[in-house]
Amino acid sequence: MEAPVAAHFASRAQQALAATFGMWVFLATEALLFGPLFFGYLYVRTHFPEAAGAASRHTDLVLGTLNTATLISASLCMALAAQPQRRARSAAWLLWASAALGLAFLAIKGLEYRHEFAAQLFPDRGFAPADAGAPAHAHGMQLFFVLYFAMTALHALHLAVGVAACLVVARALRRGRARAEQVELAGLYWHFVDVLWIFLYPLLYLVERA
Amino acid sequence: MTSAPETAERAQAPSYLAEDFTLWSWLGTHDHKRIAVLYMLSITLFFFIGGLAAALIRLELATPQGDLVTAETYNKLFTAHGVIMVWLFLIPSIPAVLGNFLMPMMIGARDLAFPRLNLASWYVYLAGGALTLGALLAGGVDTGWTFYTPFSSMFSNSNVVLALLGILVLGFSSILTGLNFIVTVHTMRAPGMTWFRLPLFVWANYATAIILVLATPVLAMTLVLVGIERVFQVGIFDPALGGDPLLFQHLFWFYSHPAVYIMVLPAMGVVSEIIPCFARRPVFGYRFMAYAILGIAVIGFLVWGHHMFVSGQSVYAGMVFSLLSFLVAIPSAVKVFNWTATLYKGSITFSAPMLYALGFVGLFTIGGLTGLFLAALALDVHLSDTYFVVAHFHYIMVGGSVMAYLGAIHFWWPKMTGRMYPESWGRAAAAIIFFGFNLTFFPQFLLGYQGMPRRYHSYPSEFQVLHLLSSAGAVVLALGYLLPLAYFGWSLLYGRRGGDNPWRATGLEWQTASPPPTDNFAQAPVVTQEPYAYRQ
Repeated sequence: MEAPVAAHFASRAQQALAATFGMWVFLATEALLFGPLFFGYLYVRTHFPEAAGAASRHTDLVLGTLNTATLISASLCMALAAQPQRRARSAAWLLWASAALGLAFLAIKGLEYRHEFAAQLFPDRGFAPADAGAPAHAHGMQLFFVLYFAMTALHALHLAVGVAACLVVARALRRGRARAEQVELAGLYWHFVDVLWIFLYPLLYLVERA
Repeated sequence: MTSAPETAERAQAPSYLAEDFTLWSWLGTHDHKRIAVLYMLSITLFFFIGGLAAALIRLELATPQGDLVTAETYNKLFTAHGVIMVWLFLIPSIPAVLGNFLMPMMIGARDLAFPRLNLASWYVYLAGGALTLGALLAGGVDTGWTFYTPFSSMFSNSNVVLALLGILVLGFSSILTGLNFIVTVHTMRAPGMTWFRLPLFVWANYATAIILVLATPVLAMTLVLVGIERVFQVGIFDPALGGDPLLFQHLFWFYSHPAVYIMVLPAMGVVSEIIPCFARRPVFGYRFMAYAILGIAVIGFLVWGHHMFVSGQSVYAGMVFSLLSFLVAIPSAVKVFNWTATLYKGSITFSAPMLYALGFVGLFTIGGLTGLFLAALALDVHLSDTYFVVAHFHYIMVGGSVMAYLGAIHFWWPKMTGRMYPESWGRAAAAIIFFGFNLTFFPQFLLGYQGMPRRYHSYPSEFQVLHLLSSAGAVVLALGYLLPLAYFGWSLLYGRRGGDNPWRATGLEWQTASPPPTDNFAQAPVVTQEPYAYRQ
């Protein structure tokens, strides 16, 4: 039994269209939520080019790259789950796989944060990387890490919501109560969070590492 | 025995007001009309709280000495006034109350696309309002509504973080409303309701919703960054720690200039409904009116730098922003000319809603033209941060938006409640507000031109005559605002029943019962003609 059409819609098609279009509008507003962080990043890179490079070299390239691979794998599962001909049971399995990979990403990210706190890279008053240098240089590095933590934390928060969405939709699929567009909705959101990371990874991890 | 025709009419489906009478039927409602009423009650409360702060400001400024409140308290008063009026009243005013109530009916839908989200946005609004009000009452905030850094992030000793949090939460309420409106207009239109048959009120709310969805998240993240700077003492915006205050101003005004259009576009939509109805003429140049709304929304995103002419931004950026700001005048003028042309050869009735609408046209024109003064680079150096600016934006926001909001409440009151307000009181209040408004704010143009800076609680005595005129006007204005509160309350109980369409207006919202049933229409409407089919 699929969930019934809500009373204020004229048809199932209208409801599906409203839901999908609503998700696209929501993603537009989400993209702009990250806007000031990217704008701030532009400021750091233009005003403190060397400090930004120095700070970026403190990020954990191995774990960051591993996380990128994890997230792309999760997106693959999501894309497979959203294939139109897929049966509910196997779609649910794929969503669980996405959720599990998402959780793995969050665990690895947490590990990275732990290392960074230990290396005094958290940008509060205790910010003291080994190569801080002159005050202006240190300020630039600190600002880079403000943005690093703000961007990755906001991304992680979004990913956590994505994991929850996967689990909710997977449950609905297992019970046969999912609407046709629900997997697509979860997928749209998931891929948005993924694409964000595809921007964050080079911007935060790969500066002057070539 | 109740009167026969009335009961027969209502017997088909109970109105949205009579559907259920329990408290939970209101607090848990998914009906866009009830949510609109919830919004109306809350923003009215905040309007009068914000007004109280304004009254204290004007009282202080009646004398040149700072004798009523200290400078510090004065700062907190104008911050409270600005924050409450912008985020708790003006931004949600027309969209969340009238847009919510009318838009689904105007397009022939049974509700907004996401009714539960609509209710959620009201609760989010209340939470944000409570946090903000909490910050203002528990000691206040002294930064001004603009929260300029590094003062707000490093130096102010007031409740900045709590206020930022409140505004952040309010922002999400705006986003949810905007998202709902966009999806509703795209997907919920009745058969035959094509884009160019949409009433201009719907166009206006649609354009507003786009701004809400695209600009508000930028404010949200900017306020988070101010909070981070304040809590962790890092330099994002503080130049002493490597940050840049201009970065904050760019981000803040990227939201806050479009926010002006969030406040005034819905007002334009209201006026575009009222004027054709009371002139009995189709709106002049309908398509251009729709394009002008979209034009203002788009250009509005490109002019934020005109708030920063004297902040140290590059002269070339200033020149570009100045030029773009002048461009806003073109679609705005299209609208003013078209309203005027709609009146031409019309059979005009000067009912209360029409008085407000005509007041809007005049006051918006003055506000808009003085905006051109401020968009001119050299003149802005002289006028920046003076009372000229204060007068300019109050002409747009109070003379424009609040006038239109009141006009809209009068116009659609019979639709919302089924009852008429007392017409002569309505006209009297409109006249008093118009007079009081001009007496309050016109002298401020002169004050600003003569060099009186804004945000001071004391001033040289040669400014006293103009300040006193302004304060006297504020008393008249306050009376004008209290009058509708009284007679609308009276009308709820004793007002004459107006029938379904007392103004003989076109528009789908008038083709159903007043007040409408919960499902809006007994039968799903099919649209076969253009809007504003008024013939003399």
